[in-house]
Amino acid sequence: MAKFLSLADAVRQNLHTGDTVAFEGFTHLIPHAAAHEAIRQGIADLTLLRMTPDIVYDQMIGMGLAKKVIFSYAGNPGVGLLRRMRDAIENGYPRAIETVEHSHSAMAQAYEAGASGLPLAVFRGYKGAGLPAVNPDIRTVTCPFTGEELAAVPAHRPDVTFIHAQKASAKGDVLVEGIVGVQKEAALAAKRVVVTVEEVVPDFKGLHPNLCILPHWTIDAIAVVPGGAHPSYAHGYYVRDNAAYLDWDGISADRDAFAAWMKANVLEVGPEVFASRVEGLK
Amino acid sequence: MSDFTPNEMMTIAAARALKNDDVCFVGIGAPSAACNVARLTHAPDITLIYESGTIGTRPDVLPLSIGDGELCETALTTVAVPEMFRYWLMGGRISIGFLGAAQLDRFGNINTTVIGDYKNPKVRLPGGGGAPEIASSCGEVFITLKQAPRAMVERIDFFTSFGHGEGGDHRQRLGITTKGPTLLITDLAIWRPDPETKEFTVRSLHRGVTRDRVEATCGWKVRFADALDETPEPTDLELTTLRELQARTKAAHEGGGRS
Repeated sequence: MAKFLSLADAVRQNLHTGDTVAFEGFTHLIPHAAAHEAIRQGIADLTLLRMTPDIVYDQMIGMGLAKKVIFSYAGNPGVGLLRRMRDAIENGYPRAIETVEHSHSAMAQAYEAGASGLPLAVFRGYKGAGLPAVNPDIRTVTCPFTGEELAAVPAHRPDVTFIHAQKASAKGDVLVEGIVGVQKEAALAAKRVVVTVEEVVPDFKGLHPNLCILPHWTIDAIAVVPGGAHPSYAHGYYVRDNAAYLDWDGISADRDAFAAWMKANVLEVGPEVFASRVEGLK
Repeated sequence: MSDFTPNEMMTIAAARALKNDDVCFVGIGAPSAACNVARLTHAPDITLIYESGTIGTRPDVLPLSIGDGELCETALTTVAVPEMFRYWLMGGRISIGFLGAAQLDRFGNINTTVIGDYKNPKVRLPGGGGAPEIASSCGEVFITLKQAPRAMVERIDFFTSFGHGEGGDHRQRLGITTKGPTLLITDLAIWRPDPETKEFTVRSLHRGVTRDRVEATCGWKVRFADALDETPEPTDLELTTLRELQARTKAAHEGGGRS
């Protein structure tokens, strides 16, 4: 049952050292504020799960919080590579990380399987690709009806999933609009769910009946953090800060520049700064 | 139009390969520019799909990422990512997959995963994203990249997505029923696979490009078609459309997404 909490309490009560955690968002609605709170609390030894570990996982990896990353595309979208993640993989800095790599199709369907309570996802994929040879979690099953050999991957069942959404109702139901990505599946696959939202409205009366809504009883904690997706965006609230993504390439290229940036922009501030970061983006 | 860059020629030649009734899964970067030039010129009704779930999108500026808000706002509909990969891609509803590559071999196999050994990479690249299944589930695959010896290599370091494998009927032997790579457009030439061996063969050189230059920028021994064409140069409309699109895009991204 959804409890309205401060972001610090929502993270403290739901994310623990050693957890497998997904901070999901497919370019849109990436829960940056929640990830920054996890960094401030120094919750470490995490297995980070995400289709597209972009700059928010680059930050968590660069701060040494990750021991393992399960992913399908590790880039700064449209800009280039993730330099902190590369430093961890190529040089073990600040610590070595294990990587488990899939395709997008496999990751999305592994969340769907987790949300469905199934042990695995089955699909037509990976044919001729190199990943099955380096990821023992990619296996095959034979269709009992047609004999076709299909790819199989284990379901994702994160200990906790964090997502950012546009609105919560006073009761704690949550509305996600725009590019909905894989957030609903990632939330329903998880043991615990924490949502940051742009705002709380009294109720969802009068909305289109097919909107993407997570009922309050599927959610553990909600924290109101306006701007909490920045530099990602919240459809209907503010646009993507593409310049910040371009800037990240330079900041993350240098270990000291990265550390200084994290100190000034994450460690020494609180979630309230996010509202001001999106003021020019509305 | 007399003056154009090799990159402009590449994008425009790629745009021309797309038809009005195509349903195209668009990779980011050069493929995205080509697909939108096609839509803004000869293929106004082309369906462009980005893996963020946007179907039938008509962006006014090129997205920086595959999930920019512009894509959703101008789309016919936006579906969840699992649905995108299951119903639309795996379901066989996409005619063209349009991919870029960090490394490519002569059979259209693509690497965007690592340079060097997978476990101890020299360079860790972003990885495949949707590409492994785009390459096997779309009706056919178009590839676009800038020629360079380190991009067009004898052997790719990792099979991110499967093209024609070792050539010939390798796809069929793996049970893949789609055509795979049928077109490669570079900044210098247009290539198509040999019908039998499936090796990419130069069919057309862009204006002013010599065979020597194609060979010097390719890491494998290049095969040329017996009758080589010259790629028609960009028209005024094509070039103006591309340049205006890129100018709008630059202004939007440098302004922090404010458009």
